[in-house]
Amino acid sequence: MNKPAPLAFDSIPALLARNAQDLGDKPAYREKEFGIWQSWTWSEVLYQVDSLALGLLTLGAEKGDHIAIAGRNRPYLYWSMLAAQSIGAVPVPIYQDAVGDEIAYVLDHCNARFIVAGDQEQVDKVIDIQDNLEGLEHIIYLDARGLRKYDHSKLTQFQKLQETGRQLEPTLSAELAQRKAKMTYDDTCVMLYTSGTTGRPKGVVLSNRNVIETSKNSSQFDELGPGEEVVAYLPMAWVGDYIFSIGQAVWTGFCVSCPESQETMMTDLREIGPSYYFAPPRIFENQLTNVMIRMEDASRLKKWMFKKAMAHAKLVGPALLSNQTVSLIDRIKYWFGDKFIYGPLKNTLGLSKVRVGYTAGEAIGPELFDFYRSLGINLKQLYGQTEATVYITMQPDGEVDANTVGVPAPGVEVRVDDSGEIYYRSPGVFVEYYNNPESTASTKDEDGWVATGDAGFFEESSGHLRIIDRAKDVGKIADGRLFAPKYVENKLKFYPNILEAVVFGSDREYCSAFINIDLNAVGNWAERNNIAYGGYQELSQHPAVLDMIQNHIEETNQSIADDPMLSGCQVHRFLVLHKELDADDGEMTRTRKVRRRIVEEKFLDLITGLYDGSERVATTTEVTYEDGRKGSISATLEMRNATTVASQRVAAE
Amino acid sequence: MFDQSESFVTEDGRTIGGVMMEMKNITLRFGGVVAIKDISFDVREGEIRAIIGPNGAGKSSMLNVISGFYHPQDGEVWYKGGKRPPMKPFEVARQGIARTFQNIALFEGMTVLDNVMTGRLNHMKAGILSQAFWYGKAQREETENREIVERVIDFLEIQNIRKTPVGRLPYGLKKRVELARALAADPKLLLLDEPMAGMNVEEKEDMSRFILDVNDEFGTTIVLIEHDMSVVMDISDRVVVMDYGKKIGDGTPKDVRSNQAVIDAYLGVAHD
Repeated sequence: MNKPAPLAFDSIPALLARNAQDLGDKPAYREKEFGIWQSWTWSEVLYQVDSLALGLLTLGAEKGDHIAIAGRNRPYLYWSMLAAQSIGAVPVPIYQDAVGDEIAYVLDHCNARFIVAGDQEQVDKVIDIQDNLEGLEHIIYLDARGLRKYDHSKLTQFQKLQETGRQLEPTLSAELAQRKAKMTYDDTCVMLYTSGTTGRPKGVVLSNRNVIETSKNSSQFDELGPGEEVVAYLPMAWVGDYIFSIGQAVWTGFCVSCPESQETMMTDLREIGPSYYFAPPRIFENQLTNVMIRMEDASRLKKWMFKKAMAHAKLVGPALLSNQTVSLIDRIKYWFGDKFIYGPLKNTLGLSKVRVGYTAGEAIGPELFDFYRSLGINLKQLYGQTEATVYITMQPDGEVDANTVGVPAPGVEVRVDDSGEIYYRSPGVFVEYYNNPESTASTKDEDGWVATGDAGFFEESSGHLRIIDRAKDVGKIADGRLFAPKYVENKLKFYPNILEAVVFGSDREYCSAFINIDLNAVGNWAERNNIAYGGYQELSQHPAVLDMIQNHIEETNQSIADDPMLSGCQVHRFLVLHKELDADDGEMTRTRKVRRRIVEEKFLDLITGLYDGSERVATTTEVTYEDGRKGSISATLEMRNATTVASQRVAAE
Repeated sequence: MFDQSESFVTEDGRTIGGVMMEMKNITLRFGGVVAIKDISFDVREGEIRAIIGPNGAGKSSMLNVISGFYHPQDGEVWYKGGKRPPMKPFEVARQGIARTFQNIALFEGMTVLDNVMTGRLNHMKAGILSQAFWYGKAQREETENREIVERVIDFLEIQNIRKTPVGRLPYGLKKRVELARALAADPKLLLLDEPMAGMNVEEKEDMSRFILDVNDEFGTTIVLIEHDMSVVMDISDRVVVMDYGKKIGDGTPKDVRSNQAVIDAYLGVAHD
């Protein structure tokens, strides 16, 4: 009898098998259901994954088939991706809050034969569009609630499918083993659709090599081990979640916990106490806003303690994290601060045990970054994209700076061309855009260099990369000075009252801005200042609110005036939008990045008003509700001027 | 459909069984005030029965008679084919009847979880000492019952307020916790006293959905008092209309809506 060849770890399923063997009894995935944390060890996970894989074989899934996955983060859905891979199929996770059109596009584009849906809501969305999808054969659902009476001819429950798979195991196990054995390093591991700030989403094809090499390199960079605890709460359709919750998890063997629901997220985070944590800047902003709001309501003593402690932390904290020299007195004071303020604060935020924390996705305001680091949370930045299987640059411990995104990640080469655009090359570079050779060719050249579409430069002093903005958004204002909207927007968004800002100015005489107020922060402020309001729209147009925003903008203008490169970006006129920019309305992507072109088109009348000196513009805006219905809201918006500062330093002639 | 005495299946797939409870000639007096005058109606297994009528008609009193809190001076209550002797409310509860209260009767200082756990009291057998010191039987029972309670919490989607003291919750959520406590008792018959009172449209839709789900998934028979006519017409199978203690209508929502006496007393007509 021939001994089976030793498993080469050249596919994710192969790594799963290795973990089941070497780390069999260690918890791999957890989920909080019915109030308690249920967990599965690596060997239990392998069993579950194989059961589903067998089940998929009973449905006739072939190698190369696309299997979509839609739902909130639950271990079963991660296992669906592993099961799809085990039979040689390609998992395609999609955003759980996508509306019918978006889902229809993706399913049709990749001709998905099967979809694993988390619950009735996802199933309903698919049923609504299934007449237009000839390729879709079967829907597998996880949570049976509400689905009892549905026609089950093309619908099967997750555990039932697993049972069917196990029943037919004798006839199918050989096939499963064969499919697993045939996997190669360059086979497709997963396909992720980029949310696309412009145009239609593209299917990024990532191979086992892409995923495993990057997971390996990044895990080594931060010395991630099997003891890490990670909370999975970011969209599964996003490449970052794939790497954190599957790629790195399977490579190192650490444990991934899924929270009970969106609303219980904070409690669950506190209960798990992750050691390795990622959050987009928006989440850190929201948490900071919440802390600040609550401190406003605290007693005078507590406010005083907080202020003093945070002032000291800002001086000492980041230095301590970067292992710089700190005097003994300062260390002692920090220790006291930690006992009374920073420690409990971190505990409330759920971040006490974070050994390595990352943020990325958009530039993060320096003050925000410093706040967390001063508390002793090792927050670092990384820069990447789906096409890179996440990592392009990362900040090493001890070399953390708010204004940079770090040094090239292990295995990655980065260069900046003459026009300022950033290019990279690495083992994580995607295979292709599915069914889109033109796009692939225009993004990736024959030597494997990928254009990021971002403009930036390497800082002389540190060797770190600095991102200015999206290459196509960087422009010049009419007098030739540099225009980089993100730079100003980030400064504005640091204010808790400002949720979102969009700055215009390319080829214009001066820069102007749309502002979205943060309902939480401003609502709170309104309550405290006896300002009554009947909703977001009314609050956003209140003169006192406009005054407050004007103050923020003028302060920001002051700080921009000093930057020699970017002094032209001061905001001369602004307005506060009557509605929040929303992904459902197409104004933002699902990962909450503003779609500039769409906003420009949609609110053209408002932009015209900002540049023709109008004091007021009446406008009507179409909105889309969560269930896809459309409505419209009308408002009259006041346009305001903001004082700007003449630049003190004039660039040398 | 409702005239036949055999069980039948409705168009949306629910099974309505035979008569589960029957009120026969109930008369209830408080001194000189006659709250309920000679009312008879039945409730079939698996149905949603609404009791409607203007304020003061005697609807809550009727619910209190069903739950054993008031004992009628005349008339009989028949439950599951047998005449029910005058019983204390806890004995009625043991028979599988649970209720919610119009003005919320939760323990404001206790958490949501603890409040819902109290719904399981009739199913716990451990003695007072065992429960006080939490050992042996009490400990085991609590764990078993905790699982059942967690499923109810999951069903009504109140996980995020599990540990919140009830006193801190907004009205709409308190009503949901009331319902959770009643459901935790695993009742065959659920009495809901104005479950939608004080709610906006979205909350009413949520509550209606929960009520329908309870009836659909668990087959629980439901008797509800409600003022919102659209809710009543939408979700109930049959309706009893009361006015000044008397029954003035009894039938499906369609029948009742076109009943002249009901229109005069309560519903009114649309004005042009």
